[in-house]
Amino acid sequence: MEFIIYRFNPETDKAPYNQTYQLDKTQIKPGMMLLDALKHLKQQDPSLSFRSSCQEGVCGSDGVNANGQNKLACITPLSELGNKISLRPLPGLPVIRDLVVDMTQFYEHYERVAPYLQADEFNADVEHLQTPMERAKLDGHYECILCGCCTTSCPSFWWNPDKFAGPAALLAAHRFVVDSRDIQPKQRLKQLDDAYTTFRCRNIQNCTASCPKGLDPSAAISDLKHRIINDD
Amino acid sequence: MKQAQFDAVIIGAGGAGLRAALQLAQSNVKVAVVSKVFPTRSHTVAAQGGINAALGNVSEDNWHWHMFDTIKGSDYLGDQDAIEFMCREAVEIVRELEHFGVPFSRLDSGKIYQRPFGGQSQHFGESQATRTCAAADRTGHAILHSLYQQNLQVGTHFFNEHLALDLIKDEQHQIAAIMSLDIQTGEYHLLRANQFLIATGGAGQLFRTNTNAMINTGDGLGMVLRAGLPLMDMEFWQFHPTGVAGKGMLISEGARGEGGVLRNAQGEAFMQRYAPKVKDLASRDVVSRAIAIEIQQGRGCGEHKDYIELDLTHLDPEMIKTRLPGIRDISLTFTGQDPINSPIPIHPSCHYMMGGIPTNLHGQVLTKQDGQMHALPNLYAIGEAACVSVHGANRLGGNSLLDIVVFGREAARHMQQQTQLGSASDLPLQMQQVEQRIHKWQRALSNNASPNNTPLSANINDNADSIYLIKQDLQRIMEQHCGVFRDAPNLAAGLPKLDALAERLNKVGLEDSAQVFNLERVQAFELENLLALGYATLHSALSRQESRGAHSRVDFPERDDQAWLKHTLYFSENHRIDDKPVNLSPLTVDGFKPKPRVY
Repeated sequence: MEFIIYRFNPETDKAPYNQTYQLDKTQIKPGMMLLDALKHLKQQDPSLSFRSSCQEGVCGSDGVNANGQNKLACITPLSELGNKISLRPLPGLPVIRDLVVDMTQFYEHYERVAPYLQADEFNADVEHLQTPMERAKLDGHYECILCGCCTTSCPSFWWNPDKFAGPAALLAAHRFVVDSRDIQPKQRLKQLDDAYTTFRCRNIQNCTASCPKGLDPSAAISDLKHRIINDD
Repeated sequence: MKQAQFDAVIIGAGGAGLRAALQLAQSNVKVAVVSKVFPTRSHTVAAQGGINAALGNVSEDNWHWHMFDTIKGSDYLGDQDAIEFMCREAVEIVRELEHFGVPFSRLDSGKIYQRPFGGQSQHFGESQATRTCAAADRTGHAILHSLYQQNLQVGTHFFNEHLALDLIKDEQHQIAAIMSLDIQTGEYHLLRANQFLIATGGAGQLFRTNTNAMINTGDGLGMVLRAGLPLMDMEFWQFHPTGVAGKGMLISEGARGEGGVLRNAQGEAFMQRYAPKVKDLASRDVVSRAIAIEIQQGRGCGEHKDYIELDLTHLDPEMIKTRLPGIRDISLTFTGQDPINSPIPIHPSCHYMMGGIPTNLHGQVLTKQDGQMHALPNLYAIGEAACVSVHGANRLGGNSLLDIVVFGREAARHMQQQTQLGSASDLPLQMQQVEQRIHKWQRALSNNASPNNTPLSANINDNADSIYLIKQDLQRIMEQHCGVFRDAPNLAAGLPKLDALAERLNKVGLEDSAQVFNLERVQAFELENLLALGYATLHSALSRQESRGAHSRVDFPERDDQAWLKHTLYFSENHRIDDKPVNLSPLTVDGFKPKPRVY
């Protein structure tokens, strides 16, 4: 199996380049994930850098672009990728080294949408009540692992990475707007209401197509737009 | 080298570190959190089933019953003052988490959903309790993200992708700083502060088959050992009964809480033979041993008879989709099987470290000098890295998420009260030890720097030793010599093998010569910590000549309260073993006297 991997070490390389690696057939086991293959390659070449941690798709460390699509390496079976696999860092963010990107801008957009519950006063004797129906509205939101696969697959983010919040941040924004316990939904919508933060979304839906957790940021953004417009 | 100064430095940004950070930042303490990964990548994110609190939302409950269950689950090695404290705080702290935004699943009443978990009872062992508060089967994820979000609101200062290397003492032997490596740039940072809190989590990477993230390498424990301080109860490692066979990922105990059943090759629900009363919801140590015995006696499933099946096929598919969506995903992804239609192949997998850095109730780190235990004034430890000890010889499911938030908050409150806050030591520092470590791996970098710095796979000598190979061997050795069942000859035979690894680790070089994002160097520092924990574990396991909780000695099959109702202390200097009494006197209620442990 052949891997063509984007390499860049800022200390020694003037420009990024592709390096080809081979993984022997005997090393490939049924059910093997892309991350397992990367670990084998790192044994061959310890200078190959990529993030990983939980190895089961919950920590969000190992987003990469495999054959042109953003994936989490640890839950992407090699069998899905064919015999020639091209690996690149997540697009649209500065590269620190090899497959490791600088996610600062991604995190800043997340922080900007005030992604924390603002609830009524705390009462130690009883929780804030929420019906199962109200709670069900959070499904498809809170499971986000901040891997960045959606935002870095979004052409609107590529064009306006400093101004468009991007699907991950907007999914988080929506999660608090629809949380029955939150007391600031109007304030939140107002904050999202400008030509760029939310409305740069052109409904391309790469975000939903690329989410490794099967979430639907596109639908959440559409709902935010409707709420912002109806709120005016 | 860069320098900075804070009131308090927290090492680790999992649930424990983040809960403590939130408390301190809210009180305007100048706090910095040092984390080797972005906070939401911390391993709390992988906790599934839930967090215990006697809310009584589903059936009658009481913190005193929770306390009894935890003590019994600990095989009476847990400290009863700490356990009482944790169980009493539980109800309020779960409501606090809910207030912080945790999206708990809900009952029709609108209250927090709770499910039954192993080792839980009503009326001190009578009937099954329903005590585990859950956000589907992603409770750890929900808690970690909510705590990070709350920290964003208060503006906590983070040093992300910084690996903490060592605690640094001043001339008067007070801990006065830590050294960290900025993984992104390769620069070293000296962070001075008045108070230090270790919240670096567990070290399941010590064993080959484990449920843990790659980052769980016990860095804080290695730091403590190198500072001349002890670790406690390191022989107690929890093997979770239901890891995915051959891979290790966790399948939550919640799967059995919701009605899942373990079956052997004959289709027999064998747990009824081992725990007639509560069957599949016995304590984890009991279930893991039962599985190991079934496999040993030839009743394992599959071609090689080497796993057991977790059967959920009789359960309502809708329930599986709403209450256990995460484990269904894991099963689909890693076994290709939908648990709605076919059983999940499982095998015990190393999951949790009951031992750790000994602390008092406030999280202050303890050491033993001249036969006396005493607390360090400005060093704290919490969560899985610590041993307070609420889990004793075996942790109950649902108690680890509780442990991290209860003691995260308590340690922070205590740190706030400490008068020294705001007057950090400015005495000269003892830098020799940390500089030696830094130089060792820096030298390893330059020795291997190839002229073009782009080693192609063909250039690399296949016979050369590597950090990767040494780690792999360490994990195999620990699995072979210190698994579910142990005996003296096998434990002792592991020690010279660790010596050989230490020798190799001294000689090995690094292939990666970069400063920026050099993960091979990070793994080298981590491996030093893991190896130190390998020694701590083998020596502690060898010293304890009884079977208690997760520590099963084939050569000493009974629990021996006369000789061994005490904690093990391990110091790395000369691998010295000492002990510490178990606290059998709770804060406000009568103590629970050790009884035979039957489920």
